[in-house]
Amino acid sequence: MNRRTFFRISAAATGGFLIAMYFDFPTSAQEAAPKIYPPDAFVHIKPNGEVVIMVNRVEVGQGTSTALPMILAEELDADWSKVIAEIAPAADVYRDPVVGMQMLGGSISIANSYQQYRELGARTRAMLIAAAADRWHVTPEQCRTANSVAYGPAGQKASYAELAEDATRRPIPEKVRLKDPSEFRLIGKPMRRLDGRAKSNGSQQFGIDLDFPGMKIALLARPPVFFGRVRRFDDSEARKIAGVADVFEIPLAKGKGSAVAVVADRFWAAKQARDRLIIDWDLSGVEHADTIELRKRFNELARTTGRIAATRGDAKAMEGIATDNRIVAEYDFPYLAHAPMEPLNITLRYDGDRAEAWTTSQVPDTQRQAMAEVLGLPADRVTYHIGFAGGAFGRRGTLDEHLEREVAAIARRMRGVPIKLIWTREDDVQGGYYRPMVAHRVEVGVGDDGMPSSWRHVVVGQGIVLGTPFESFYAKDGIEALLIEGTADTRYAIPNFHVSVHHPAVNVPVLSWRSVGYSHNTFVVETLIEELALRANVDPIAYRLKLLDPSAKRQRAVLTLLNEKSGWRNALPPNHACGIALSEYHETASACAADVSIEDGRPRIHRVSVTVACGLAVNPMTIENQFQGGLAFGVTQLMAKGAITLKDGRVEQRNLDGYTPPYIKDAPVAVDVHIVPSAEPPTAIGECPVPLIAPAVVNALARLTGKHYRSLPLVEL
Amino acid sequence: MLTLILIALAVAQDSKRPPASEQVMLASPRSGGLGAWQKVYSVMVSPRCLNCHTATTYPQQGDDRHRHVANVIRGPQGKGVVALNCATCHQSTNANSTGVPGAHNWHLAPLSMRWQDVNDRPLSSADVCRSVLRLLDGPHLLKHHEEEPLVLWAFNPGRRPDGTMRTLPPLTHEGFVEATRQWVKAGTPCP
Amino acid sequence: MSVTTIHLLTHLLVNGERKTLTVDPSTPLLWVLREDLKLTGTKYGCGIGACGACTVHLDGVGTRSCLVPVSLVGDRKIVTIEGMAHDPIGRVVQNAWVDNDVVQCGYCQSGQVMSVVALLKSNRKPTDKNIEESMGGNLCRCGTYVRIREAIRSAAEKLA
Repeated sequence: MNRRTFFRISAAATGGFLIAMYFDFPTSAQEAAPKIYPPDAFVHIKPNGEVVIMVNRVEVGQGTSTALPMILAEELDADWSKVIAEIAPAADVYRDPVVGMQMLGGSISIANSYQQYRELGARTRAMLIAAAADRWHVTPEQCRTANSVAYGPAGQKASYAELAEDATRRPIPEKVRLKDPSEFRLIGKPMRRLDGRAKSNGSQQFGIDLDFPGMKIALLARPPVFFGRVRRFDDSEARKIAGVADVFEIPLAKGKGSAVAVVADRFWAAKQARDRLIIDWDLSGVEHADTIELRKRFNELARTTGRIAATRGDAKAMEGIATDNRIVAEYDFPYLAHAPMEPLNITLRYDGDRAEAWTTSQVPDTQRQAMAEVLGLPADRVTYHIGFAGGAFGRRGTLDEHLEREVAAIARRMRGVPIKLIWTREDDVQGGYYRPMVAHRVEVGVGDDGMPSSWRHVVVGQGIVLGTPFESFYAKDGIEALLIEGTADTRYAIPNFHVSVHHPAVNVPVLSWRSVGYSHNTFVVETLIEELALRANVDPIAYRLKLLDPSAKRQRAVLTLLNEKSGWRNALPPNHACGIALSEYHETASACAADVSIEDGRPRIHRVSVTVACGLAVNPMTIENQFQGGLAFGVTQLMAKGAITLKDGRVEQRNLDGYTPPYIKDAPVAVDVHIVPSAEPPTAIGECPVPLIAPAVVNALARLTGKHYRSLPLVEL
Repeated sequence: MLTLILIALAVAQDSKRPPASEQVMLASPRSGGLGAWQKVYSVMVSPRCLNCHTATTYPQQGDDRHRHVANVIRGPQGKGVVALNCATCHQSTNANSTGVPGAHNWHLAPLSMRWQDVNDRPLSSADVCRSVLRLLDGPHLLKHHEEEPLVLWAFNPGRRPDGTMRTLPPLTHEGFVEATRQWVKAGTPCP
Repeated sequence: MSVTTIHLLTHLLVNGERKTLTVDPSTPLLWVLREDLKLTGTKYGCGIGACGACTVHLDGVGTRSCLVPVSLVGDRKIVTIEGMAHDPIGRVVQNAWVDNDVVQCGYCQSGQVMSVVALLKSNRKPTDKNIEESMGGNLCRCGTYVRIREAIRSAAEKLA
């Protein structure tokens, strides 16, 4: 099986050297992946006709718990009204077929499991037909299926429910026939999500809602500076709160730092007890990160060449360009918290020789392993359930498995007691694992034709995977792709191009935040491109089309479609402006036009037209939803209080009053989404919209005010 | 800055020996009234009062008087809007365990009783004095200061979410009422 | 070790039923609903009234239950998201939510629905401005705001 490259290496087309822009999957995991997945691990047809389909990754709102069942149900010819989705627990059979690990990330769910789920549906159908054919003494070729019913050549009829048990005993066919897309009745149709009703009437269970007899709530008092330790603590007042079961110290991730755990029978008792703890912290020996100091350090680094990540053409070409024809731009981006609506939580019961966990893990392989390690058990003795999460955006895919280790350290001391560990919102805002703080410095040399002939770019930011088990996936030679994606892999055909990177070490834990490196790189590139277009007095869509590499088909397609769909930008009301942005994320290209005015000193986003080229649209309604929602999510970067800052090691924001995400008035009022029709295999969706909105809005603001906005968040316009 | 100077003046006037520069001012009844007014004013522009006596579509909160969380707005009667009323969070007494202040009929002072400008700056002592007199006569103002639950609240503002007590106005309620009485007795002079 | 928090017998009227519990009176109503009454449809999002996920109705007024200690509820009628199925406006709103495919992760949506029902009970024909102001304090991290607006408009149309 070949390794799959995630990024088409654009630099290869124009010659030159592009490093670290591909995933490097461990071959052994790849080879261990079964080519034929056992249907009975994925489909269960119940006697009442319900078709339960196991979804091989957590549902965090992205809609794959509808789209993946659609794919399987399509080939299965199942009655869609009887389909129920369940999130599969941690198990080898649910590993992503390409990556070789069970995971939610990289917006790969449909791209990687499309073929897999089609084959699963087709194999299950084949086995049902085999059962029917046998029963009717006909050949399988004489049978057909529709809506969970098998039909024979002479009017025979049997429901899948009747055939199911027999079918599961049949051999799994190796070869299967998949439908021609012209036969699709589900795939490609806008389908409402399966969990819509439950999530509208309060019956959907999230991890934080779980309840078990004898369950206790645990809260952690964590050090005010990352990875400080408890020197001593006084719990005498804390223990006076009725319902407190125990108070004790636990280590934090991998022995760095410690915290005090409070265990009580109710959340409020645990919280009051935690508030009454008197803890003497040892904050020596750990860096006290400070935003002002970091910004200065990062900006200084950005003025020096780092490790070279991409280069083509003539590195000295800039010297031949007059300073009048150069743009020098320095950009600052803050730490960002994910702040999913459901605060982090995890439930675990340790029974000595085994354990049972209820989670919403994005990377259950490593997270279960870590939990088992702390419990002193082999991983397969930990039953690891995965459920529906109230949002994640990357936050539930930690690389140091902190939550799993924390709850395991607590549950281990309270054998037989289900422990639900909750991170309060304050813990969440202050607890780290942020989108890294980043600085960029770009020097652009503009040719006589108004196009950039030379581009020299330095990016400074912590590595997310460096030093973790995921390093080989996303980094090479100490350069992390996750920091430079959106710049190093640009499809703009700039002939002299140089990107280098610095990865300073900072004592602030960082993590992937929805769209990862694109969240800041696309902002830098797209604001500079728009500035160049304005400077050259060329329409910003036309400018991009001219600058793009001819082979950037999807980028061209989305810009061309956007031009068609955004005629409104030529008839804007007074005091409105339009900003454009283009983005690529894992082979999906998208572009948007934003209609913006300034109201009460803030950007008012009246309308956004978005176009997306993602191959086949499995569920166009999911795609529309993800783009509408993802744009609103991306506005987080623009919010006046959209920054996590530190002073002497302490996070300055406490809760959503200090770190304030977009509310309804901050988000685009109307969003129209247009998908480029395609029959190519489906590619990414979930993260694609996020990088678009901040540059598009800022590009519009720049037209209104004449200013450059190079420091986020937008505190003042 | 203006508020600090005025509070300092009020405090100075509370002490037994007035500052030398004030000695001429305190000689006449009108100036005694002005001194009393300064005390009244110092409370009116302190955060516990100012945060609801806004000139804008929103209340403020905290000693730094930042805009109130969750996009809460004034609404037609100063009680917020449907589904986001003041009563959505504020009860009829302080909720100390959750850190939410409360009093009977929690709502914003009407715009006619704004003691700050649209840029969130406190109005001058002279402006507030004149505004007050356009609205209420002396005895009614005294009654408002003595009895209005929301005024009383300012002197018993409850705990913040972090458990600490909210900052009190520069006078006690009794001091505030007494200063008001003095000002009224002196003929409600304005600076 | 002596215990300093006292638990009191408390009577609450929840979704039309009278409940008697022994609780610490300082406990926010949110946690009494979730943990003592097992009504987990009302959610904890922030604990400071900034997000609206904890919204219930107290005598018909949309209220952020994370901020109201159970001792201050009194005999006011509490209605939670679980009670919306029995409410004619609640049903219309929930159907609009499903028809317009509003939800994504869904965690904020109980609070959104409770706020919308409070709005529509008071104003059957909300303008876009009314919608934006009344829903202005309900946070959705997935950003379902565009569809929330559409669903409210379609619910209002049905109720007209």
